[in-house]
Amino acid sequence: MTGEAPKPTPTEQLIQAFQQLLPDEAVLTDTEDLRPFECDGLSVYRRLPMVVVLPETVEQVQAIMRLCFAAKVPVVARGAGTGLSGGALPLEDGVLLSLAKFKQILDIDPQNAMATVQPGVRNLAISDAAAAHGLYYAPDPSSQIACTIGGNVAENSGGVHCLKYGLTVHNILQLKIVTVDGELLTIGSETLDSPGYDLLALMTGSEGMLGIFVEITVKLLAKPERAQVVLAAFDDVTKAGEAVGEIIAAGIIPAGLEMMDKLAIQAAEDFAHACYPRDAEAILLCELDGSNAEVSEQIMTVHKVLKQSGATEVRTAKDEAERQLFWKGRKSAFPAVGRISPDYYCMDGTIPRRQLPKVLRFMSELSNEYGLAVANVFHAGDGNLHPLILFDANTPGELQRTEEFGRRILEFCVEVGGTITGEHGVGMEKIDQMCVQFQSAELSQFHAIKKAFDPENLLNPGKAVPTLHRCAEFGAMHVHNGQLAHPELERF
Amino acid sequence: MVNQSISELLQTQVQQAVKNGHRLNIVGGGSKHFLGRQGQGATLNISQHRGIIEYDPHELVITARAGTPLQEIEHALADKQQMLAFEPPHFGEHATLGGTIAAGLSGPRRPYAGSARDFMLGCKVLNGKGEIMQFGGRVMKNVAGYDVSRLMTGAYGTLGVILELSLKVLPRPAASVTLFNECSEADAILFMSGLLSKALPVDACCYYKGQSYVRLSGSKQSVVDAQKKLLGERLNQRSHFWQRLREHELSFFNRDKPLWRILVKPTTPTLAIDGEWLLDWGGAQRWLYSDADAADIRKIVQQYNGHATLFRNGDRHDVFQPLAAPMQLLQQRIKTSFDPDNVFNPGRMYAEI
Ligand SMILES: Cc1cc2nc3c(=O)[nH]c(=O)nc-3n(C[C@H](O)[C@H](O)[C@H](O)COP(=O)(O)OP(=O)(O)OC[C@H]3O[C@@H](n4cnc5c(N)ncnc54)[C@H](O)[C@@H]3O)c2cc1C
Repeated sequence: MTGEAPKPTPTEQLIQAFQQLLPDEAVLTDTEDLRPFECDGLSVYRRLPMVVVLPETVEQVQAIMRLCFAAKVPVVARGAGTGLSGGALPLEDGVLLSLAKFKQILDIDPQNAMATVQPGVRNLAISDAAAAHGLYYAPDPSSQIACTIGGNVAENSGGVHCLKYGLTVHNILQLKIVTVDGELLTIGSETLDSPGYDLLALMTGSEGMLGIFVEITVKLLAKPERAQVVLAAFDDVTKAGEAVGEIIAAGIIPAGLEMMDKLAIQAAEDFAHACYPRDAEAILLCELDGSNAEVSEQIMTVHKVLKQSGATEVRTAKDEAERQLFWKGRKSAFPAVGRISPDYYCMDGTIPRRQLPKVLRFMSELSNEYGLAVANVFHAGDGNLHPLILFDANTPGELQRTEEFGRRILEFCVEVGGTITGEHGVGMEKIDQMCVQFQSAELSQFHAIKKAFDPENLLNPGKAVPTLHRCAEFGAMHVHNGQLAHPELERF
Repeated sequence: MVNQSISELLQTQVQQAVKNGHRLNIVGGGSKHFLGRQGQGATLNISQHRGIIEYDPHELVITARAGTPLQEIEHALADKQQMLAFEPPHFGEHATLGGTIAAGLSGPRRPYAGSARDFMLGCKVLNGKGEIMQFGGRVMKNVAGYDVSRLMTGAYGTLGVILELSLKVLPRPAASVTLFNECSEADAILFMSGLLSKALPVDACCYYKGQSYVRLSGSKQSVVDAQKKLLGERLNQRSHFWQRLREHELSFFNRDKPLWRILVKPTTPTLAIDGEWLLDWGGAQRWLYSDADAADIRKIVQQYNGHATLFRNGDRHDVFQPLAAPMQLLQQRIKTSFDPDNVFNPGRMYAEI
């Protein structure tokens, strides 16, 4: 045998190419360096990637994509990793492309009320930078101090203000994307619409499956003259749910309309001392914003509606500090629940609002059936539920039971006319529930769209849209209401 | 059930067309036939597929069949003090909901409330294989699967036949006042874009014949207060100014020349193109009657990162701003993914899609 070194494997060649392209510290391959990237906010799914790359220029992203495309190696993009559906879960044989170094706010244009930023900019950082001009970026996920705008676009994230101000899709103008083969494309424009198909909408919520966002132009809004929050307590969850519909029927679109149930109230109160009434079965937080006069009028109307709907107590935050405090309780509901249980699992279905009592009843029945408690925080105005199922991962079998419980909630959301995900995305987590929500024709259409962008299926493969094969297997195990999902498919 | 059989009939027509290699020209009320490039193929008339399926004002959602007259929708909403907040232009009494969404047009409130696509929640469509598919839903938030419903908006029927759709609706403002004020175009551009960073209840804004017009809407008192912060005289409500602007019924639109729709950033200065101008959407959408050469118009507009559509009259061959090659190829692949045999409205948007 000669002393010749063995020929590098394709993987080694790819990593070497990355090392030539990027500084040493931007190509991670050691297990302990990969560890921080093994999961997103849904930590029940974990997997180490083959390699993590941390580019900092668009050209580097293009070069990385070209290399991966040539080598047919899959790529998973990652922002801050706060996603709650396993969207940024790495692939063992894939590259994890972190956009963490793209942190620059490139331009704030107050005259046209827009800002252009890099994808790794944190959601809240945009509003902070715009504040000097009296402007802000409206979508405000509870994770806004950490999550990135790139991740927000990929998930079409919402927040507590989206009933009035819309989701991410309503608040962005233009994207620059790097395609799977390394091309730079501009989608949308700085104007209010653009020629051809509305690809901006298609890209929003695409979960890293259609392209890598490398620059984002967002709309900014003028900060309202005044914002006030009203807190109402109820001795019955159903009454609180009905009050939500009544407020809207009174012609008011609150800036935020959130509901919490007893368990969530108590957890949040212990955690944030938000002055919530601990003994209430449910509270509503109703934020009103706009001109001084408008807010005053609406507060009066809302008080009246809430009282008529059976609220036991109605309070208006007496100053800005108290308003912030009321919101702090809500925004810290997840970590607060995290303190009262070893683990919790956050679900994310949306329902037509009138179905709320039915869905709440269903959940409490299931809670008894599974012996697992549920705390509910709820973007009530939009009908977006976030049941938090409390469990202990160290108890054998409890995670599986929790997941099953969660799946049944989501399937019930579909049954009452809603959807399996309002804002957290499908990712890895809800891939089987896609088979419940969609038929083969739609799933095939999704695959065809993906193929138009990514013919080799290299961008975040295996997430968001199940294969028909997978649905057939799922359907075989899962007969829903006596009906087999996808009866037209052969069983595997 | 009658409607059920109409949708089955439409499905059969599409399947037949696919089988025989025919093209279909999808028509609702025919009110927007002048838009885009010339329609081709046998008429697929959807106007009989009509009727409101579900409307619950508490949910802020209306679901209707695509052939439902826009007027019928607006009346049903007005009965409950609600509205389509994107103020869609009708361009004729027979306008249907489906055509409105397929054309993706929005009226004066667009920059402040959102566009047709922003209010789109879900739809049922027939694809180019004759399959019925359902996307989105009747709820406010839904991120399951790609956002096909919004993709359908403004696609001019080239991706499929919209059968049913759900839209978010909003309460009508309690009060509304329009102020007008004489000023130069340059001042108007500054003034209108400046409003974007002011916390005022502005929901329409334009510049026409040496006057700026601002509409303030909201609660009564809030409109009264806002008026004090702006210059200008009150416009008589009965002039239906915004409706006439939306419907192109102002005298400005009484011309035979090519009418261009030009989209730019609001602060874009007066463009050096000969013709008559009307600035809507706070300066972001500009209407231009001009005989200038199409390529010259597009070149100038592109210098400001804008785009120009030949809206009425003129040479209907080259209507929308041409796409750069990679984008055009991508859009073509998307078209093919929905309509592989190019059955629907071939060439209505671009020669290739
Ligand atoms: C405590 C907590 C509260 C939350 N509250 C909310 C809430 O109120 N509303 C809400 O909507 N969500 C909420 N989330 C979920 C999460 O924060 C959002 O989904 C967020 O948008 C994810 O952003 P990220 O930067 O962390 O993305 P990641 O988790 O890193 O990635 C999410 C997805 O986006 C893709 N992606 C990321 N960056 C890019 C890019 N540049 N180009 C292409 N694809 C990309 C990834 O591949 C992945 O599929 C919450 C999460 C937590 C932990």
